Amino acid sequence: MEFFSEFPELGRGDLRDFKKAVDFGFRSFSRAYGEGIENFFDPLLQFMIWFERLLINSPWPIILAAIAGLAWLGSRSWKLVLGSVICFIIIGYFGMWENTMATLAIISVATLVCIGVGIPLGIWMAKSNRVQSIITPVLDVMQTIPSFVYLIPVVMLLGIGKVPGLIAVCIYAAPPIVRLTNLGIRLVDEEVLEAADAFGANYKQRLWGVQIPLALPNIFAGVNQTIMMALAMVVIASMIGVRGLGVPVLQAVSNQYLALGLMNGLAIVAIAIIFDRVSQKYGQRLQAYRKGSGHD
Amino acid sequence: MTDIKIEIRDLYKVFGNNPEAAMKHVHAGISKQDLLDHHGHVLGLRDINVKIKSKRIQVIMGLSGSGKSTLIRHINRLIEPTEGEVIVDGDNVLAMSTEELRDFRRHKASMVFQRFGLLPHRTVSQNVAYGLSIQGISEGEAFERSQRWIDRVGLAGFEQHFPAQLSGGMQQRVGLARALATDAEILLMDEAFSALDPLIRTDMQNILLDLQEELHKTIVFITHDLDEALRIGDEISILRDGEVIQQGDPQSIIMKPADDYISDFIKDINRGRVLEVRSIMEKANRATGPKMGIKTPLEDALQQLVNAGKDSGAVVADDGKTIGKISMGNAIAAMARPDRVNEGPRYK
Repeated sequence: MEFFSEFPELGRGDLRDFKKAVDFGFRSFSRAYGEGIENFFDPLLQFMIWFERLLINSPWPIILAAIAGLAWLGSRSWKLVLGSVICFIIIGYFGMWENTMATLAIISVATLVCIGVGIPLGIWMAKSNRVQSIITPVLDVMQTIPSFVYLIPVVMLLGIGKVPGLIAVCIYAAPPIVRLTNLGIRLVDEEVLEAADAFGANYKQRLWGVQIPLALPNIFAGVNQTIMMALAMVVIASMIGVRGLGVPVLQAVSNQYLALGLMNGLAIVAIAIIFDRVSQKYGQRLQAYRKGSGHD
Repeated sequence: MTDIKIEIRDLYKVFGNNPEAAMKHVHAGISKQDLLDHHGHVLGLRDINVKIKSKRIQVIMGLSGSGKSTLIRHINRLIEPTEGEVIVDGDNVLAMSTEELRDFRRHKASMVFQRFGLLPHRTVSQNVAYGLSIQGISEGEAFERSQRWIDRVGLAGFEQHFPAQLSGGMQQRVGLARALATDAEILLMDEAFSALDPLIRTDMQNILLDLQEELHKTIVFITHDLDEALRIGDEISILRDGEVIQQGDPQSIIMKPADDYISDFIKDINRGRVLEVRSIMEKANRATGPKMGIKTPLEDALQQLVNAGKDSGAVVADDGKTIGKISMGNAIAAMARPDRVNEGPRYK
């Protein structure tokens, strides 16, 4: 009856050997290839450093003007522009300007990386059911696996710093844009595609002339989600050496500094809301043509 | 005038996982229902042979599920057949390479869709220019060439509107202009006017007939509406359960329905308006009474006879020569439903 009360598990020695084998295997892998991989990411690192310095070293009025300009371009709404400027003034006034710039830098780079990788991947998924059935579970894992678990191999491989932080952020933030690109393309009206075929559109003309433009609102919802999720990773990224608003939050947690934690936490929230509203407004403007108005 | 533009030969289409295997049952003569029940395949089209004349309007008519939309999509190969050939100007469309097919679709055959198939993110003029931009023609020239068609279908002033801002009838004008703008010789129209309400539909039929008088395209027109088929068709093929059951010009279909299904189909039409005197006249070199052209509808012919107070009239050809005569009795007999004239109800 012991069979039923005790789960038939691997022997303790076997289990230890298994774990050892995996650890040893990965360790030798990172010894052998770690440097190569680090070199591979070096241009990205240089870009991140340059971009962060650019944001931090530029005079604050220029940055503020740039933020106002981007908010206007995206939303065409004075309220949003005014709201964003006020938020950033408060953030700066409470001494969080530099950290905010560092956070903006990593969020921007992470979003760009996610778009650069995610949109082509989404297009590929939309093209082939087999690719979709392979990538979907991978995306599920990326979204649900606890971040700390993949921090271990990333840190083993690349050490502590900006690049591993960026990779951690991207692993978490990339799935929405891949999924929504795929979904957006698959939702494009069959009859419109048939019309494109009937007029002799080739694959490129079909993709760029019909599928991408019509999927754009969905793709944009994906970009929006990606930005939000990247912001959610700021604190975890700061655990492996990424500068920004996450660092003081982490300090606050370990030292029970309520005010410090609250201030920096709220700053992250403020950035998130600004990004979200501006990009949503932009997404709405992208589909203005869908509104049937003005015909008599 | 009567050369063949498109010839569909021995065309079969079976939908399912293994159409090739199902074909041997089809050749053995299995019914559509049995094929579905016992082999899980749907017979879309069976042994279709249609010759479509150049510069005429060929209507393919059938109820939903008869395979008419499947058939028209074989002409530009939006659907691959299981067996058969589609010959356009001597070339087999089904043997074309991807590039040849693309060229064929770009230059030779354009299409109008039931639910319009417009590109919602492009303006009216961008939509009309779509076929041209696909061909790689520069934007300026494409707009210039498409403007003519926008004007021709009566959409001038709406160039910068998006499709969603237009009514259904206007959207289909865009669809028509888009198809015409490529100057393709063949126009495929898949239930193009079926989604429109009756008044607009008549309007669009008029536009099409006007255009055809000037352009002389080869038009393949799909419809489920018999009145529409009779109104615009030079030739009609009637499709049922994936098979062609009768082909001919509208007059011959009404005068000699091939089977009970078709006579049932045509029983409610206004025969006096559709039938023309040429279908019932007796050949004669001389005749008395009012003169009427060979394409005069019986309704009008009777009116003329009554007005003239005669009970027979002369049928004259376009050159004014008398070629036949028509009597009031014959005209009235032709207008009565055939099933009433014959020995009893042919269809229960």
